Amino acid sequence: MSALLELVCPAGGLPALKTAVDHGANCVYTGFRDATNARNFTGLNFDDASIKQGIEYAHQRGVKVLVALNTFPLTDNWLQWTAAVDKAAAFGVDAVILADPGLMEYAKRNHPKLRLHLSVQGSATNYEAINFYHQHFGIQRAVLPRVLSMAQVEHVVKNTPVEIEVFGFGGLCVMVEGRCALSAYTTGTSPNCQGACSPGKAVRYEETPAGMETRLNGILIDRFGQGERAGYPTLCKGRFEVDDETYYAIEEPASLNTLELLPELMRIGVSAIKIEGRQRSPAYVTQVTKVWRDAIDSCRRDPEHFKPTAAWMAELNKVSEGRSATLGAYNRPWK
Amino acid sequence: MLNNLRLPDFTIPAPLTRLGNRLPQLPPTLALVTTLNLALGRLIPREPLEMLIGKRFTIRVLDAGMTLRFSYGERGFRPLFDASKPDLTISARTRDFIALLAREEDPDTLFFDRRLLMEGDTDLGLLVKNTLDGIDLPRFDPARLTPQELLHRLRARLATPHNA
Repeated sequence: MSALLELVCPAGGLPALKTAVDHGANCVYTGFRDATNARNFTGLNFDDASIKQGIEYAHQRGVKVLVALNTFPLTDNWLQWTAAVDKAAAFGVDAVILADPGLMEYAKRNHPKLRLHLSVQGSATNYEAINFYHQHFGIQRAVLPRVLSMAQVEHVVKNTPVEIEVFGFGGLCVMVEGRCALSAYTTGTSPNCQGACSPGKAVRYEETPAGMETRLNGILIDRFGQGERAGYPTLCKGRFEVDDETYYAIEEPASLNTLELLPELMRIGVSAIKIEGRQRSPAYVTQVTKVWRDAIDSCRRDPEHFKPTAAWMAELNKVSEGRSATLGAYNRPWK
Repeated sequence: MLNNLRLPDFTIPAPLTRLGNRLPQLPPTLALVTTLNLALGRLIPREPLEMLIGKRFTIRVLDAGMTLRFSYGERGFRPLFDASKPDLTISARTRDFIALLAREEDPDTLFFDRRLLMEGDTDLGLLVKNTLDGIDLPRFDPARLTPQELLHRLRARLATPHNA
């Protein structure tokens, strides 16, 4: 059993960071206001003044601040990414979350004391890959993609000195992290290089007599009937006509909720649980952080008898995308 | 105690909605733009809003029968008198607008639940949402709105030479 399972909460701005700290996060992950992170949405994220305030607020209360620099720089914008690493180090963040090996090499050379985490965007799903990043760049933690079963996560944990962080809650996608081309195919903008999947400029919602329509760059990707729950405007969660049938041809909008797996995650030695959602508001961060703090504390006290309460599940279901919450790949009997 | 109160779920009854539809929309629009202009440069930073200059907005408070039309320019927000197509329309019920302002509800949650609709230029909507979310306010606390508390704050304010 891991001594301390860290709760890693999202913050798209200073109020979200403060509420995460106030409600029991051990770490808050953030991003700068540009394409250096994978939630580069208009008006979101931290400018220099707010990240400095956020770091001060968190550190005074014993909470760590992580900065995601988890997009892939290209040769013509490389300096913007290295400047972001320099800035994060100068501001005294507790770790940077990187996906690009070139940037890891830069960070290791220029800021040897800066702690490096491997982003989920790095898409390392086995211990050999994680150990490679550890040996070459000294990464100290890896965030696992949401594609592994519990047995596979355990196998990774057992075979690496690197701390393992897993996703515990939040939106799911097709999970081809770091390599997904669906957004770029439709909008010209990808989460991998520009930091945005389905950027706002490409999204249009319209209430029509047939229901609410979602268009991505003019292409109708979904239509929601009266009272039907909506999802994010991404191509992977659209409904398409295939052989005269219209349905979720790639995947149905759903949220990951692993609350009931907490004792198992602790037993196998996972170091941290990540909550998805830097694009969400402070209200979401408050609601989700509270529930997960309570759950982790309760599980640590008595893992044998841990069972998620109905109130926790109701609170998490309320803020979920899609009609269902799933255990994702963790609960997969096959390998 | 008051801090833990959650806003109850309510919808303004349909007859009042129909009445609201027939009332002049200018007074509530004026109230809204005046409030926004007062907050501008103080609570709401001007710089991120540059993208909104010249844009037309409509806020539809569905159950109150209110349609508030206004625009944003160099000199702040002002009401609009014509009903031409806005750049961004945000629609929700009274209860949900209040819950959003009080940071009790997350807009994405309301969107998934089909209680918040954003039509037109989604990027403008994201800018508005994220700018409001980034404002570092003390948490909305109904206890601060009791008559005693308001009087106390008014006295304190009058006693301070700089009403900044």
